[in-house]
Amino acid sequence: MTKLEAIIRPSSLDPVKDALREIGVEGMTVSEVRGHGRQKGHTEVYRGREYSVDLLPKIKIEMVLADSRVEEVVETVLKAARTGQIGDGKIFLSRIDDAIRIRNEERGEAAL
Amino acid sequence: MARMLLRVFLGFVIFAAAGGVLCLPHSTVRAASLTSLAQSPPAAQSPASAPLANRLATLEQQVAAARSSGDNAWMLVCCALVLLMTGPGLALFYGGLVRKKNVLGTMMQSFALMAIVTVCWALFGYSLSFAPGNSFIGGFGFLFLRGVGAAPNAAYAATIPQQTFMLFQLMFAIITPALITGAFAERMKFSAMALFMILWSFIVYYPLAHMVWGQGGLLNASLGGKFPTLDFAGGTVVHISSGVSALVCALYLGKRLGYPREISPPHSVVLSFIGACLLWVGWIGFNAGSALAAGSLASSAFVATQFGAAAGVLGWAGAEWLRNGKPSALGAVSGAVAGLVAITPASGFVGPMSSLLIGLIAGLLGYFMVTVVKSKLGYDDSLDAFGVHGACGTVGALLTGVFATSAVNPIFRDPHGHALAVGLLDGNAGQLLNQFIAVAISWTLAIVGSLVVLKIVDALIGLRVTAEHEIQGLDLSQHGEEGYNLEV
Repeated sequence: MTKLEAIIRPSSLDPVKDALREIGVEGMTVSEVRGHGRQKGHTEVYRGREYSVDLLPKIKIEMVLADSRVEEVVETVLKAARTGQIGDGKIFLSRIDDAIRIRNEERGEAAL
Repeated sequence: MARMLLRVFLGFVIFAAAGGVLCLPHSTVRAASLTSLAQSPPAAQSPASAPLANRLATLEQQVAAARSSGDNAWMLVCCALVLLMTGPGLALFYGGLVRKKNVLGTMMQSFALMAIVTVCWALFGYSLSFAPGNSFIGGFGFLFLRGVGAAPNAAYAATIPQQTFMLFQLMFAIITPALITGAFAERMKFSAMALFMILWSFIVYYPLAHMVWGQGGLLNASLGGKFPTLDFAGGTVVHISSGVSALVCALYLGKRLGYPREISPPHSVVLSFIGACLLWVGWIGFNAGSALAAGSLASSAFVATQFGAAAGVLGWAGAEWLRNGKPSALGAVSGAVAGLVAITPASGFVGPMSSLLIGLIAGLLGYFMVTVVKSKLGYDDSLDAFGVHGACGTVGALLTGVFATSAVNPIFRDPHGHALAVGLLDGNAGQLLNQFIAVAISWTLAIVGSLVVLKIVDALIGLRVTAEHEIQGLDLSQHGEEGYNLEV
């Protein structure tokens, strides 16, 4: 099994979700996060005082996938989340040892 | 059924419209004749049988009653409008500018003052401000509001119940200390704030209100003051006193932990925006209500207020636009407040074009104060109570002496009743000197009075929250709650 973590623009969440639903991906966890990669932050000015905002709001999507589906899902996320500008985000893939469904203790890919 | 409802509704509308005609404040003769048809004693209904003098006396009484009800209706609305400036207006304006962890603590300061100042006002505040006393403070004549009832106090407002006048002045006594809270935001103990404001009202507000507006006050322009000062709605009493005291508080308490590097930006400019809009609306009651009647002077003050606020927006936001390339929402609403502050003392004395100029100057000055002066001098006037109220209030008080004109308000008259020049441009250069004297007295009283009160409160209970509580935030440490429990 593989865990896919995609850090994307908040505005890309809906297109990515729709595209994943179309190819039949069933589960995901979404969180609002802040961070930065190569994209610089911006400055805000309140009554003449400058505040630099270098951690920008992003969305993190986490999914654990059966190995057979990984490439297809990666392709889908890439296509839906790309604008071509700096700040589109990143995808990280990592190995998952096991998965357990809490309701009935199914294990492995059956639990996904 | 629906048709019947419609008829009832239409009947109600017609009835209400007729009632409105009866209450029109300045078509007094017509109103009086209509009321006499409706409710005068039987003698008036058979004119031939009553002596002319009696009928005239009845008519005069009814004219006065109609005038009074018109003026009183307007002043009651103004009382409510000025209260709206503090809660929710100022509470939202300041609440949005602080960090999330201090939003309730900040709003609570304004709200608590609505209660504390009201009780003090009933017991002794009104008396010490407005009862006949010496040149500096009122006497005990109105202690516990004794004798303050339905009868007008002719020295102040001859056509409204003294209770209405007392209420209107109360709303000013509430917002003035509430304005100061912006300077020590995010770091003062709630208990210290409450004690400070009670003592501050005694030492600074009541004396200053008496000097400028009270009968026999040193600076009163129309009731025998030694230095007649023009302050229509509180440039000295409200804005200089609060703004300068705010600076003293900011300097005495010291900066917030981590200022300026680690202080995050305003947590909700949206709240501040709504608050500022409410302040603008409430300010109409503040300034136009200071005419203390529903006549043409109220209209003139309304015009001046609106124009001053508008020009303030253009001044502040325009300066930002030129300097940063962007006009900010917070800058625009701050500019409105700056313009409103400066036009406050002038609002009953100047024409529309002077109002635009005063507002524009205030908008530019406010921007300069909070962006350049504050960072140069390094004091932490957290929400810019001094930069906006102290600075723009001072300039407004002085400009009032320049632009005031007898064409708007012939407040000075010679023994034959002819109007005399009022401000500098009107030909009365001496007025500017009086304005300077009033500004100097207000500054001195605010500085000395605030320092004394700060020392007393510091010695008795301490002013600042502990560092631990400051980091935790006032909401939790002072009130045991949080402003936003949005997450599960």
